[in-house]
Amino acid sequence: MSDTLNARGVGVRLGARRVLRGIDLAVTPGEIVAVIGANGAGKSTLLKAMSGLIAPDEGVVTLGGQPLAELDARALGREIAYLPQERAVHWPLTVRRLVALGRLPFRSRVAAPSLEDRDAIEEAMAAMDVTAFADRAITELSGGERARVLLARALAQRPRFLVADEPTTGLDPAHGLTLFAQFVRMAAEGRAVVVALHDLSLAARYCDRALLLKDGATLALGTARAVLTPQHLAQAYGVRATVGEIEGRPVVLPIEPLP
Amino acid sequence: MPATLREAVAARVPVLAVLAAVTALAFVASVLVGPAGFGLPQGSDAASMILWEIRLPRAILGALIGGALGLSGAVLQGYLRNPLAEPGLLGISGGAALGAVIAIHTGAAGAFALALPVGGLLGASIAALTVMLLAGERSGPLTLILAGVAISSLAGALTTLALNLSRNPFASIEMLFWLLGSLTDRSLVHVWLAAPLILAGAALLLTTGRALDALTLGEEAAQNLGVNLVSLRNRIVAGTALSVGAATAVAGTIGFVGLVVPHLLRPLVGHEPRRLLPASALGGAALILAADVSLRLFAPLSEVRLGVVTALIGAPFFLWLIIKTRRELGP
Repeated sequence: MSDTLNARGVGVRLGARRVLRGIDLAVTPGEIVAVIGANGAGKSTLLKAMSGLIAPDEGVVTLGGQPLAELDARALGREIAYLPQERAVHWPLTVRRLVALGRLPFRSRVAAPSLEDRDAIEEAMAAMDVTAFADRAITELSGGERARVLLARALAQRPRFLVADEPTTGLDPAHGLTLFAQFVRMAAEGRAVVVALHDLSLAARYCDRALLLKDGATLALGTARAVLTPQHLAQAYGVRATVGEIEGRPVVLPIEPLP
Repeated sequence: MPATLREAVAARVPVLAVLAAVTALAFVASVLVGPAGFGLPQGSDAASMILWEIRLPRAILGALIGGALGLSGAVLQGYLRNPLAEPGLLGISGGAALGAVIAIHTGAAGAFALALPVGGLLGASIAALTVMLLAGERSGPLTLILAGVAISSLAGALTTLALNLSRNPFASIEMLFWLLGSLTDRSLVHVWLAAPLILAGAALLLTTGRALDALTLGEEAAQNLGVNLVSLRNRIVAGTALSVGAATAVAGTIGFVGLVVPHLLRPLVGHEPRRLLPASALGGAALILAADVSLRLFAPLSEVRLGVVTALIGAPFFLWLIIKTRRELGP
């Protein structure tokens, strides 16, 4: 249990609104966990709390038994990489420079990048298929290419836990699948991925477990198959959905909104 | 495309070395040029006094003040991720100006010469503290700007009030000229007063490079990369208060340097916030020194002030910026 990223009874308020309450989620090395739910269900807030970006008002998030708030910010950046949903890049840096930012938690103020830094940067760019435009400015890229560059930044941190907020939005099908293949590789290496998703078929196919949120509380938590049922989807999203199988892989197909 | 060409050139030319050379040249020119003629003053005691008591302090102050303005402009643009940010935005130069004007208004400046810069320093520190209090303990960039703008306008209003209430026309002229910004008649005492503060502030500001790089990805990603946003904000406000506050306290308000210099140099350093910091400090120093030298060369006897010259450089720069942006984005 010492390597667990563990949320216990986590609750978060934004002003008077309780956006999250009583969330328990223990993420262990080697697994991919999907966080799903309707817009405004609290997915992003939970991901931020689990990355140590916001301090929960109730409960605690621990890494290896230690509350995140007690960990040094840079040490945290070496363990947990957080990929925000927002994809704004404020200056037209080159792709390589942006990916290199992922090494900041590892580098001292003055030292040149180490061999490991360079390695991690090249590896991350290769994994996200952005090496071809490594020297171009990010502003010259399309939305999907930009998303892959930002992902490469998070991968360059070589984190034990990757927390990604809707990373597949805007990706073409091939790169969406490449991304999840990368997640599976990371899990096989003993790392873990927590990913907020709206593509339920991807969640069903690749994620070991799923946490379904509704109005800031847990509606269901368990294996992807157990969570992604028509009943749960009706409750969480207000849609009638079919859960089936094509070529031996689970498919979730929303049919129509429920009255 | 000229922009890519410029970047390609920049990749091969050591930007910092070139800027340092330009700044050194401008510094030497500043020491050599004056109403007493071009070249090192010869022989007599009067001549060496001109060099040590007039030209050298002026050159040192020019370099320090330009450096402070360029550096803090680059830091603020990086922090607020807005190319239109400039040191005046935090209300610190407004506070310094108000402090100095009050020193003149109350007659303190007439009674003892250093009352003016000391009043400026007091004004700058009060402004910085008020901005921090207003913005609150955990504020982000937006609340900080709002607080800065509020303090800036308040200081501006009180400054005009002091001008308005002044019954002595000589004092009014003195205030007005002081507000225009100048390096004329500054002595080594001004250097001793301002240099330590400017250097301390610059040292603080130079620590923000990594954090500003990380902020390129937004506040949340920066936090994940180990940036402590509260400490960053505090270092920026304190560093600007020290460097720009001291600069304004000894030289008056000199606009546009902190805005224009980072903007011009950014493409030359690959748009990287951290690399922009030293470049912008050198560029600011070179710009102020060059503006001051050309003022002495071309209008030696006129009363044209340095702040007026930088504003005259700055305004066309904005026009150029509009044209450039329109060309890039279409009409």
